[in-house]
Amino acid sequence: MSNSNNINHDSNHAGENTNSRRKFFKNFGLIGAAAAAGGAAIYSGHEYEVSKPNHDMVKVLTADNRLVEVPRDQIKDVKLDMTELQRQGREGLKGHRFVMVIDLSKCRNARKCITACQGAHHLRPYEYHINTLVMQESPETAPYYMPKPCQHCDNPPCVAVCPVNATFKRQDGIVLIDNERCIGCRFCIAACPYSARLFHWEEPLMAEADKGKPYNIELNVPQKKGTISKCLFSSDRLREGKLPYCVSACPNGVYYFGDENQDAVTNGTTKETYRLSELLRVNGGYHLMPELGTKPRVFYLPPKNRLFEFKDDRDQNKEKT
Amino acid sequence: MASEVNTDFLFDKRLDSIATDILRPVGISKGFLVWMGFLIISLSGCIYAYYIQWDKGLIVTGLRDYVSWGMYIANFIFFVATSLVGMLISSVLGLMGFKWVKPIARIAEIIAVAFAAIAGLVIVSDMGRPERLPYVFMYGRIQSPILWDVTVVTTYLVLSTLLYLLPLIPDLAISKGRIGHTPKWLQSTYEVLSVNWNHTPQQYKILLKSVRILLIIIIPTAFAIHTVTSWLLAVTLRPGWDSSIFGPYFLTGAFVAGSAAVVIMMYFARTNYKLDKYLTNYHFDMMGKLLVLVSLVYLYFNINEYLVPAYKLKTADAVHLHDLFVGEYAPMFWSVQLLGLIFPIILLLFKFFRRPLPMSIISVVVLIAAWFKRYLIVVPTQENPFLPKQFVPQAWMVYQPTVIESAITMGTILLAVIIITVLFKLFPVIPIWEMAEEQSEKDHKSEE
Repeated sequence: MSNSNNINHDSNHAGENTNSRRKFFKNFGLIGAAAAAGGAAIYSGHEYEVSKPNHDMVKVLTADNRLVEVPRDQIKDVKLDMTELQRQGREGLKGHRFVMVIDLSKCRNARKCITACQGAHHLRPYEYHINTLVMQESPETAPYYMPKPCQHCDNPPCVAVCPVNATFKRQDGIVLIDNERCIGCRFCIAACPYSARLFHWEEPLMAEADKGKPYNIELNVPQKKGTISKCLFSSDRLREGKLPYCVSACPNGVYYFGDENQDAVTNGTTKETYRLSELLRVNGGYHLMPELGTKPRVFYLPPKNRLFEFKDDRDQNKEKT
Repeated sequence: MASEVNTDFLFDKRLDSIATDILRPVGISKGFLVWMGFLIISLSGCIYAYYIQWDKGLIVTGLRDYVSWGMYIANFIFFVATSLVGMLISSVLGLMGFKWVKPIARIAEIIAVAFAAIAGLVIVSDMGRPERLPYVFMYGRIQSPILWDVTVVTTYLVLSTLLYLLPLIPDLAISKGRIGHTPKWLQSTYEVLSVNWNHTPQQYKILLKSVRILLIIIIPTAFAIHTVTSWLLAVTLRPGWDSSIFGPYFLTGAFVAGSAAVVIMMYFARTNYKLDKYLTNYHFDMMGKLLVLVSLVYLYFNINEYLVPAYKLKTADAVHLHDLFVGEYAPMFWSVQLLGLIFPIILLLFKFFRRPLPMSIISVVVLIAAWFKRYLIVVPTQENPFLPKQFVPQAWMVYQPTVIESAITMGTILLAVIIITVLFKLFPVIPIWEMAEEQSEKDHKSEE
């Protein structure tokens, strides 16, 4: 603006000196007044904006479970710290009762579920949250493969015996382990009839790489020496609305996973959803060792009508490990 | 134990001779120093073994996911078991009025204190995260048998310590002026522990009353510690542990182990401290009969524990029993049952074997067998879980204890021996005042 004044000044140089100066001051005054007024307006507007009570608000659930409102522009993304991860991990997902259905007639011991699980939870090849076993009830009956995750019992013997509440049952039916609490007494291993738990006898596989990461109780990573680890039904994935690692990794359609409350389970391979009660009724679903009274949350469908060759590869796999 | 004490014995000239006899070995001798030196040097090796375990984790043991409780837990059960004898001798037999337990009672209490005190350490040696031990108190869940075990073992230790210390007070007062041959600090320790005892009848009355109360309340406590310890296994669903008689089975087994330990220590005191006047053939004879009795009761429970499942042979029980009877564990199982139970019962029926030396040798065998019996209760069950063991390294299939693990276990035994040594050598092992009282009572009776 001063630039244009200067041009003005130059063009009227001859004979109109006083006039142009007056003009200049007049212009200057006007501009100054306008600037001041504008500034004041902006300032008062800002003041008003800051102080006005009905700002654009967002409802937020706090860590101590209160529903509060905060201005949208004041929300900052926070990386969950361990306390928060522990809290939400111990609480579980409200309104759900997770179940797994394992169709034994489809399992060919591809062991993709196992590798996916071990990859996610940073385990060695012989450290199992889920293991596929070669089963044969008696010499006359046909052998079959049986994937065996934690049964997430509704009457869990492991939880009953834990002296420090390190292993616990969540409202969504999942049994978890808190390796920040575990004292390593292994009473839960002794109590579990399904041999579903593992103990970190030495430094875990990725102890170095995982150093310093906040402990996620729903993933049980970082794993810790001298503590228990176990199948978590991939509760970190469930929180994101995804299927568990093992379920998604199966190439043979063995696994169904879902919610008992919705009476629906989804096959991890075909992504088709079925009615749980119907699936169990039609296929004769059953529990593993129901006589023990553990009330598992994992159902099995019998190994009938298998259309593939059974190959006993126990020894071969033993060598690999 | 009479409720009134006639303090006449204090003026009996025989108190002097009894005190001299019993206090003669008290103090620090060359033998004691050499023995303690040996114990401490060996212990430091065991502590180093524990340091390795602390550093590397439980991978240095033979434990793996299938057999995750091994030697340590077996050792823990053995320790708790052996400690129970304090209650058996002092309370059960003492309260029933058996006079012959008087000179033995303190030996039994020493064993109780030593083994109960170390039992807690044994459990810590098995923990993957020993530094989190305080969590048991901070976050303890009352549903867990471990909580019950911690509570009752601690209570038993306190009660046993009191039962050792209280009857010791008059002896410490009697010892005043009679232990000039011992170092100054030991004399001051006696001074402090004797809490200004001056033998008034009132003091004896209070002492007897408190001891009597302790003797009564230690009975349910002792029952509780071993019953709860058995429940660590019995509350699980595993074949071999899933048994409703585990409580009494463990309890009776405990009396066998404890009685054997007492016999061994009696023999030691008799020969090394020249206390054969107080620990006579009669006492050994009675202990021999006691050992037969408790062994017979234990045999009865063994028959129940093994024969009833063996008759039915449920699938999982069958595998377990096969391992014990004819399988991998058969040599150990039959050695333990024969050497630790059947043969001692038969031999001790004869008076010849109830003499000090033969009986002590038998007791050593019984005590070793008792340790292996706990091993047989803990380990084989886990080698046969319900579901097959597959796709794991070969080392995971069976349990093979390592040197480090054995060294740590040996360390806990050494610790117990150290406690026993100190209490045996630095304090009178036989209650002087009770012996003197008994003598003067006898005299009174014969005068009448």
